[in-house]
Amino acid sequence: MFDYNFHWRPVMKSLPDLLEAALLTLQVAVLAMILGILIGLCLALIRLHMTGPARWFATSWVELARNTPALFQLFFFGFGLGAFGLHLSPYLIVLTGLTFNCAGYLAENFRGGFQAVPDTQVRAARSLGMTPWQTYTRVIIPQVFRIVYHPITNQMVWAVLMSSLGMLVGFRELSGETQFFASRTFRIFEYFAVTAVIYYAIVKVILLSSRLLATRLFRY
Amino acid sequence: MISIRDLHKYFGSLHVLKGINLDVEKGEVLSVIGASGSGKSTLLYCINGLEPIQGGSVTVDGTDVHAKGTDINKLRTKLGMVFQQWNSFPHLTAQQNVELALKIVKKLPRDQAREIAFRQLRHVGLGDKLDVYPSALSGGQQQRLAIARALAMEPTYMLFDEATSALDPELVGEVLDTMRLLAEEGMTMICVTHEMGFARDVSDRVAYFHKGVMEEIGPPSQIFGNALSEHTRKFLANVR
Repeated sequence: MFDYNFHWRPVMKSLPDLLEAALLTLQVAVLAMILGILIGLCLALIRLHMTGPARWFATSWVELARNTPALFQLFFFGFGLGAFGLHLSPYLIVLTGLTFNCAGYLAENFRGGFQAVPDTQVRAARSLGMTPWQTYTRVIIPQVFRIVYHPITNQMVWAVLMSSLGMLVGFRELSGETQFFASRTFRIFEYFAVTAVIYYAIVKVILLSSRLLATRLFRY
Repeated sequence: MISIRDLHKYFGSLHVLKGINLDVEKGEVLSVIGASGSGKSTLLYCINGLEPIQGGSVTVDGTDVHAKGTDINKLRTKLGMVFQQWNSFPHLTAQQNVELALKIVKKLPRDQAREIAFRQLRHVGLGDKLDVYPSALSGGQQQRLAIARALAMEPTYMLFDEATSALDPELVGEVLDTMRLLAEEGMTMICVTHEMGFARDVSDRVAYFHKGVMEEIGPPSQIFGNALSEHTRKFLANVR
């Protein structure tokens, strides 16, 4: 009933390539998160403080990013833009798609974070003579950052895992590379099993370092 | 001197302050009493420009608070404010709470800011809490921290917005003592308060606000002894 013979040797032989692809996965996820945090912060502030087209734009971004499949978003930046003659490299497709998605989710986290800091903190800071900019950067954002810290960690994990969709637009990150080797050797199970372990290890490292960093950052 | 002339303030269609005229001299302690919603706290917010006004003027030492060209951030360093919900910055230690504005608003060097923070915290009895975060302080201690933070800017005036209203009863005393100490040192203070004992014993004058109007103002002996206004007498009869 079970006559499958495991062959691990080909996987082990291509392990260096897989690990290199894992670095690419990590790289694109980290970049997407950095951009996503910056854009998400802007989107949240726009939604909280502005009206008119800017607000409409930010709201649409958040709605589209959160309420459509991430794969479709990736396809849009790949094949969708391609239909208009704009051809991005697989790397850029994944980076823009991930950034778009992360920014949308993070914007909502930030919005909740800003709303969780009482207005009276702004009044206290302004009453001491701080400018609006100083109030935001020195008093409000540090507090928001703590509130959104764990959601950001979650999003980072999600970005790493979601980057695996890259293999569907021809990006040879960890999953794409795995797929490439698996189809060449037909050791599909073995390849994906090992890759799953690599993903697991990456996520564990992210979670552990996030927890360590939190104990250093948040003493209060 | 703080001069308020024919001050009108609206929240939407709600007329909160209806033509207030008031002068507060340097060294004076003025208590503002009245029912909730009578406009007392709003008056303080109009004095330091945290709320825009719709009519009249507020001048502090000759500077029009609400004029377009006024450097409001500079002016606010003259006007220390203490809030009902103390508002200590939770991500900073007691010392950092006090130092922050000294460093980024007054641009003092680090050593000097630290020294002032230490002196002010000791002044309000928190000299042993320098490295403690607000979450580990009691409400009364947090309120004293807020007072130290405001005092560190060396304001000419202190505005207290119901500084003891949100405190547990047993913690009210320590904050009132700190306010008394300030009054004795000659600080100019406007205290919106529900503490009638404080208003009577510490103030030079007491103002009673009723529905956006300053109904009556006078020495404590007048307000608490024989108030001229029917409303004032009624309010005080209910409070006691």
